[in-house]
Amino acid sequence: MSKIIIGRYIPGDSLVYKMDPRGKLLITILFILTIFLANNPITYAIITLFCFLAIIATGLKARVFWNGVKPLIGLIFFTSLLQLFFMTGGKVFWHWWIFSISSYGIVNAIYIFVRFTLIILISTVMTVTTMPLEIADAMEWLLKPLKVVKVPVDKIALVISIALRFVPTLFDETLKIMNAQRSRGADFNDGGLIKRAKAIAPILIPLFIHSLETAIDLSTAMESRGYRGSEGRTKYRVLNWSKYDLISLAYFVLLVGLLLIFRTH
Amino acid sequence: MEKKGLDNVSFELLDNSFIALIGHTGSGKSTLMQHFNALLKPSSGTIDIAGYHITSQTGNKNLKKLRKEVGLVFQFPESQLFENTVLDDVKFGPKNFGMSDKEAEAKAKKWLEQVGLSTDVISKSPFELSGGQMRRVAIAGVMVNEPQILCLDEPGAGLDPRAREEMMQIFVNYQKAGHTVILVTHNMDDVAKYADDVLVMEHGKLIKHDKPQKVFENEEWLKKHYLDEPTSSLFASSLKGFRFKENPLTIKELVDGIKENVQGGV
Repeated sequence: MSKIIIGRYIPGDSLVYKMDPRGKLLITILFILTIFLANNPITYAIITLFCFLAIIATGLKARVFWNGVKPLIGLIFFTSLLQLFFMTGGKVFWHWWIFSISSYGIVNAIYIFVRFTLIILISTVMTVTTMPLEIADAMEWLLKPLKVVKVPVDKIALVISIALRFVPTLFDETLKIMNAQRSRGADFNDGGLIKRAKAIAPILIPLFIHSLETAIDLSTAMESRGYRGSEGRTKYRVLNWSKYDLISLAYFVLLVGLLLIFRTH
Repeated sequence: MEKKGLDNVSFELLDNSFIALIGHTGSGKSTLMQHFNALLKPSSGTIDIAGYHITSQTGNKNLKKLRKEVGLVFQFPESQLFENTVLDDVKFGPKNFGMSDKEAEAKAKKWLEQVGLSTDVISKSPFELSGGQMRRVAIAGVMVNEPQILCLDEPGAGLDPRAREEMMQIFVNYQKAGHTVILVTHNMDDVAKYADDVLVMEHGKLIKHDKPQKVFENEEWLKKHYLDEPTSSLFASSLKGFRFKENPLTIKELVDGIKENVQGGV
C-alpha cells in the first residue's frame, strides 16, 4: 500500500529542525514580509544570501528545494515576463504594439523573479522541516489573539489536525475503491471528457459515504472518551521555545537591520 | 530502499479448484490478490492467468477481458456501492464489460437471487440495507460477471456465523459449477472444510503450498508461523486416549474418527 506523506516533511535533525514550529512559522511569515523591504540590488543580494544560509542550515539536499520551486516555475516566469513587457519607464530598448522592453521593465522582472523564488524557497524551508501537525499547532498559537473576538481557535485547530490526520486514510480508501471499481470493469483513463467525468461518480459517492461514516465514528469515539470541547485541555505535543529560536530571531533582526541600512530611501 | 511486497512467489493453481490463501496480517495476501487481475503488476517475473500473460511491461489498456474473467471481491466490499438502486449497482459490472442493459438486468436479478437477497430489495437504495445485505449486494456485483476465477478477500469478515456459512456455500456452489475460487481468509475451519489447495504467505513469501491435510499436519510449524489449527483438530488433540489415523480437519472427519475409536474399543 502506498503511504503518502502529507505535506513535504522530510525527517532530519539539523539546526532548523530544533526550532520551535511557532518560531519557524512566525519567522517565515516575517521573512516573506521583509522581502518587500528590499528595493535595490544590494538589499536583494542580502536577502537572497540570508535565504540561502537558511537553506544550508536545514542540512537537506538542494534537490528538495528545487522540487519546491519546480511546480511554480512557469508562474514565476510568466509574472516576470509580464513585468518585462508591460513595465515602462527608463530607457526603452524595444517597442512593438503594446509591448515594450525598458530598463525599468528588466530590473523589475528580475526583482519579481527573485522575490517570488525567495518566498517559495523560504516556505519550503518551513514545510520540509516541520510536520503538518506541528504547523497546525503553531497556527493555533498564532491565532490565539483572535480568541478575544470570540473566534473558536481551539476548534479550528482541532478541525485542521483531524483533517491532516485523515488525509492518508482517505487516500488509502480512494485507492481501494478505485481498485474495486476497476475490478468491475470501470475505466478511469479512457474516453472523452464526459465519459471520464461520469467515471468519477463510482469513486466519489463511496468516498463521501466513507468520510461521513468515519466522521460519525470519530465523533462517537471522542464523546465516549469524554471530549467536551477544547476548553482547558492540556496538550499532548507541548511546544517549547529553545535557544535556536532566539538564534533565528537574532538572525532575522540582523537581516532587517541590514535591509534598513542599505535600502534606497 | 524499497521494500518488496512480494518476494519470489511462484506457484501454479488448478482450474476449478477451491484455493485458500492464508497468512497473518501484512503477509502479502491482498497484494498477491491484486496481481491476479493486473491491478498491480509484478516488477519482475510473470503471471499467467485466464489466458493473459502479465509482466511489468503490461499496459493498462485491454485489461477488461482479464478483469471480467478474474473477479475480485475486496475486503468489506460494501464500500464499493454507489448506485441509486441495488439493481443498478449490480448492473454496473456487466454494463462495463459490454453487456446490453436488458441482459445486464436479467443477470443482475439472477445473481441477486443467488446471493440470497429477496426481490423486494432490488429497487431499494443500497445504503438503506443492513450491513449483511450490503455485503451480499457487493458480492453479487462481482459474481454477476461470472468470472472464471473468483477471488475473495475475507468475504465473511464481520458477518454473523449463519450469514458466513450461507456465503461460503454460495462460493462452494460456484466452484462446483466449474469455476476457480480463491479465498483469502483467517478462518482455518473454512480452509479445512472447503479448500482443495492452500497457499500460506509470510512476509511477502510463499512459505507453503499444499493440501490442507499437509498444511495442518505439523502443529509446531503452525505455531511458529502464527497460524491456528482448525477447531476439529484442536478438539481431537485434546481428547486423551483417542487415536486418529489422520488429523481430523472437519467436524465430519472428527465424528468419524471418534466413532472408529469408540467402536474399536468395544
